[in-house]
Amino acid sequence: MAKTHVTMKVNGAEVEGLVEPRTLLVHFIRENLQLTGTHIGCETTHCGACTVDIDGMSVKSCTMFAVQANGSDITTIEGMANADGTLSHLQEGFRQMHGLQCGYCTPGMIVRAHRLLKENPSPTEEEIRQGISGNICRCTGYQNIVKAIQYAASKINGVEFKEAAE
Amino acid sequence: MNDLTPTREQRTAALEGMGCKRKRVEDIRFTQGKGNYVDDVKLPGMLHGDFVRSPHAHARVKSINSEEALKVPGVLAVITAETLKTVNLAWMPTLAGDVQMVLADGKVLFQNQEVAFVVATDRYAADDGVSKVQVEYEPLPVLIDPFKSMAPDAPVLREDLAGKTTGAHGPRKHHNHIFEWSVGDKDLTDAAFKKADVTIKELISYHRTHPSPLETCQCVCSFDKIKGELTIWGTFQAPHVIRTVVALIAKLPEQKIHVISPDIGGGFGNKVGAYPGYICAAVASIVTGKPVKWVEDRIENLTATSFARDYHMTTEIAATKDGKVTGLRVHVLADHGAFDACADPSKWPAGFFNIVTGSYDFPVAHLSVDGVYSNKAPGGVAYRCSFRVTEAAYCIERAMDILAQKLGMDPAELRLKNFIRREQFPYHSALGWEYDSGDYHTAMRKMLESTDYANLRKEQADKRAAFRRGETREIMGLGVSFFTEIVGAGPSKNCDILGIAMFDSCEIRMHPTGAGIARMGTKSQGQGHETTWAQIIASEIGIPADNIMVEEGNTDTAPYGLGTYGSRSTPVAGAAIAMASRKIKAKAQMIAAYKLEVHEDDLEWDIDGFRVKGLPEKFMSMKDICWAAYNSVPPGMEPGLEAVSYYDPPNMTYPFGAYLCVMDIDVDTGVYKVRRFYALDDCGTRINPMIIEGQVHGGLTEAFAIAMGQEIRYDDGGNVVTGSFMDFFMPTAVETPHWETDFTVTPSPHHPIGAKGVGESPNVGGVPAFSNAVNDAFSFLGSTHIQMPHDYWRNWQAAKSLGVLA
Amino acid sequence: MIPGPFSYHRPDSVGDAIKLLASLGEEARPLAGGHSLIPMMKLRLATPGHLIDLHGVAGLKGIRRDGSRIVIGAMTTQHELLASDEIRTSLPILQEAAALIADPQVRYRGTLGGNVANGDPGNDMPALMLTLRAAYRLEGPNGAREVMASDFYQGAYFTALEPGEILTAVTIPVPAAGHGYAYEKLKRKVGDYATAAAAVVLTMSGGKVASCAIGLTNLHETPLLAIDAAKAVIGTSLDDASLKNAATAARAIMSPAADARGPVEYRKHVGGIMVTRALQRAASRAK
Repeated sequence: MAKTHVTMKVNGAEVEGLVEPRTLLVHFIRENLQLTGTHIGCETTHCGACTVDIDGMSVKSCTMFAVQANGSDITTIEGMANADGTLSHLQEGFRQMHGLQCGYCTPGMIVRAHRLLKENPSPTEEEIRQGISGNICRCTGYQNIVKAIQYAASKINGVEFKEAAE
Repeated sequence: MNDLTPTREQRTAALEGMGCKRKRVEDIRFTQGKGNYVDDVKLPGMLHGDFVRSPHAHARVKSINSEEALKVPGVLAVITAETLKTVNLAWMPTLAGDVQMVLADGKVLFQNQEVAFVVATDRYAADDGVSKVQVEYEPLPVLIDPFKSMAPDAPVLREDLAGKTTGAHGPRKHHNHIFEWSVGDKDLTDAAFKKADVTIKELISYHRTHPSPLETCQCVCSFDKIKGELTIWGTFQAPHVIRTVVALIAKLPEQKIHVISPDIGGGFGNKVGAYPGYICAAVASIVTGKPVKWVEDRIENLTATSFARDYHMTTEIAATKDGKVTGLRVHVLADHGAFDACADPSKWPAGFFNIVTGSYDFPVAHLSVDGVYSNKAPGGVAYRCSFRVTEAAYCIERAMDILAQKLGMDPAELRLKNFIRREQFPYHSALGWEYDSGDYHTAMRKMLESTDYANLRKEQADKRAAFRRGETREIMGLGVSFFTEIVGAGPSKNCDILGIAMFDSCEIRMHPTGAGIARMGTKSQGQGHETTWAQIIASEIGIPADNIMVEEGNTDTAPYGLGTYGSRSTPVAGAAIAMASRKIKAKAQMIAAYKLEVHEDDLEWDIDGFRVKGLPEKFMSMKDICWAAYNSVPPGMEPGLEAVSYYDPPNMTYPFGAYLCVMDIDVDTGVYKVRRFYALDDCGTRINPMIIEGQVHGGLTEAFAIAMGQEIRYDDGGNVVTGSFMDFFMPTAVETPHWETDFTVTPSPHHPIGAKGVGESPNVGGVPAFSNAVNDAFSFLGSTHIQMPHDYWRNWQAAKSLGVLA
Repeated sequence: MIPGPFSYHRPDSVGDAIKLLASLGEEARPLAGGHSLIPMMKLRLATPGHLIDLHGVAGLKGIRRDGSRIVIGAMTTQHELLASDEIRTSLPILQEAAALIADPQVRYRGTLGGNVANGDPGNDMPALMLTLRAAYRLEGPNGAREVMASDFYQGAYFTALEPGEILTAVTIPVPAAGHGYAYEKLKRKVGDYATAAAAVVLTMSGGKVASCAIGLTNLHETPLLAIDAAKAVIGTSLDDASLKNAATAARAIMSPAADARGPVEYRKHVGGIMVTRALQRAASRAK
């Protein structure tokens, strides 16, 4: 199958590549761009480990073709840290609140949480759980992920973070 | 002393040693997407391999035609059993003493069994190649029901075992029989039952499920033809064992095999054993001279890698009319699928199921287990369970509730009446274990008080009355679970994997500037060893944890270990870490004595260094001792400061816990709501409370999934009905309940730091709590035992059969 | 998990899209949100030789009011429905249903057109379209036509779409002010299709049901309009007996598949319960 040329912006940098039409966006990101932070956990669009941020939307990159992302503006986990290289509030929150164990769901989870907090800067616990319902975690039981996102929301909004009692 | 001198509290805090909520080292890279997982490994010229799999559960393979597949651009080879036979690898040994087909050899025995391995230049071409391989099958009768496996006319599955009336674990009774294992005193137990006031008997099944870590199984095998060396990156919970197994079956010298487990995205027991993908990728690499990567899909992971559980336990308890248990009798029918690939220590074909006496003082007990073959995926593995401990805990905790119901006693009261008492430890159980320590009454009482259990029972009584009056369609259940589990495999006298004793190890090397590197034979898949192992060392030798680099998973550099599963890391490697640290400390003491010009016995340890007794200002920090080790050691002593310990544990460890699940169920829809879940765990000494809490949250979530619907189910034709995340229940943040954690501390007397391990406790204790809650909810309507999983539709069916549907 | 090869097309007009579909025939499939089609392609259960991506086609987006009707472009995503003030005020039941479809990521891409056009019995929007008396604009080589949602579904994955046609817009008459509505969906977990779901739109007058429409999801090979069930409650105050009659009437037309969600008997039973609960919630909202 003849390859197509695609160009897009990824983490602020213009990138390009040659892909078959059937090349999944997640494979383009992982193999062509060598950005291996975005992960694959299933083939039925359930787990969310492949979540990236495209044109202001949280998207499962395993369910989109790279050709469809031509001209798009994409942020992956590698683009989540602050410009000076320090950890973002979300990344710091996941560390402080023990919101990760094996780390495999973490990139998709952080990228999704990033968009969630833009949709809803002060979500309730219920809204956070609904907001990350497209991301499966096997290790944490989600409770500390919720805390991590609450931590980040507080920092972003400039309010004091009060860790919920057990 | 002045204001600038740090206090003892400050010096202790600066170490970030045992007991503190040290933030994880791993998180720095994981939160930035800089983990290094197997599929991230890219090597020049790397090829991809993918499997052709059988759609049939049982069939002869008449022919495999690769002609069209080989025409697909990028496809280089199609490996079949015929290819593997040339290197004697068409079959491989399992951990349980059986053999397993790597690729279909004349027949297939379960749906999605590996038939051929397509090797191509990239994964897209490999998938194209797979779709073009033509296999001709002749379907055979299918055996799915383990209760029918030993019928006289049952289909013959293992033609390779024809005529073999003895297996790895003794005599075989039938062509589908694998082993019989029994323990305990049959005569005394039978006698106890004969004269019992009250007995219960119930078939309690623990359904087939799967560990399903978020990252599937995968490997990259790279054979260097020039050097004759094989390097394997893989999702291996036990990398050294894999290396030894590969050396034995591939007949390659072990020093020329390099096994590396990089970051692993969850294991939960799925990644302990060897799978056909590893063997085929290795063979493909040896044949092509290029690296070969194999990454399985989720459906492949769920349907072809090892399942967990599938234990059918006929359980009987004998008791006095006052509720004192007098005997336990259990027979288990164990469905192992097509091959017995059970990941157990070799002498234990039923794992440590004989922990089934649980937390209770049974004077006599007898257990027998029959393992059988069926047309299902091979296994089973210990899905966050130690070895068959989840099955045992479910069995006894369910049975105690059934007994309580028959006696008309509260389930918590029945347990308190029968607990092993604190004074009885170390306790010798009727089925052969020596429990190290426990204080069950304290833990139980703490749980009952913290949850206001008495009032919950009152509420339940009121709700039951309201239900009977037709005022509500909701029923309420309290699920009590008091588990004792057995982890930390294990003492060499009875624990080995393929003949290798189940010790573990730690090697520590201190550098001149007061930093160090430590390597262990374990392999974290999320448990945070890089963080917690350094905490142990920090407390033991007084060097800040941040200055200790921890490495696991590279078999060239790490001392030999049996890996991480069965909650064995803290009990075994944790002990090795403490012992190696103490060797370092002992040498450090000699160096300090020499430098301070006193006798060793004049020194006492003080947090981060040695102080001369009676002369507090004469102190030498461990940091300074590290420097001294490289330039001024006492005459006759070797320079340097390092130590290695291989620890053969004297016993297993026995963590325990008290859990309570409060559940409400709508009988008309079967929909349940977990109103509250309280989990008290006693894992002995607690290294990092934050990590313990995380382990409990995660394990409870797995337990919740298992109890409430997560199963690997086959239809009568042997088709997997729940083979993807569409139907294999993986709860999201919305379904997952809120967890409350609590603890008591009863150290293990035989462990150097008193720690017992905790990773699997929540799965062991969690499932019974959920299942007992459902059963407790329905019991007033007349049920004795409702089998899990407790999906909505099954709860509804239970309500229907009890006649309560409008 | 790798799709078979295909050629990719990205027309910028409806006309060009139709020309492509017509000329490429059966081998061509339109690609909307892709969250039904692409998973099937990854399992090689669908192997189209050509994909016609509709994301570049002008005129398929937008939500606008046209007198007493709302016109929604087929490529409007579930997320856009949830963000729309127009939908919130005029067709709040669409928002209630959209929020119950899949998960946040899928909703960013999944479209209304995709959800209603492929005939998947598990999709939620079709039953709502029946309940709301929606009409679909179909455009093809022979021109454009309007087909009522109630005439569109013929079997599982079998619709009134002719070869070469695509669904370009959904037109929905705005329900009366003060109408009551509810979408009651029982599912095993977030992201699952309905074990059973019922949509209700009704109006009340003097404490009694004046008008009522009931739609059923995933309880048959097509979405269902439960006409007899709705009749059973009109003129009643939704007392227990009427609710029971509605549930019974609804069950009589259900024939759900037995699957991992439960046996047929269970799904019919809870299907009836979804009807009664949706009726009660809708009534509580009606003014």
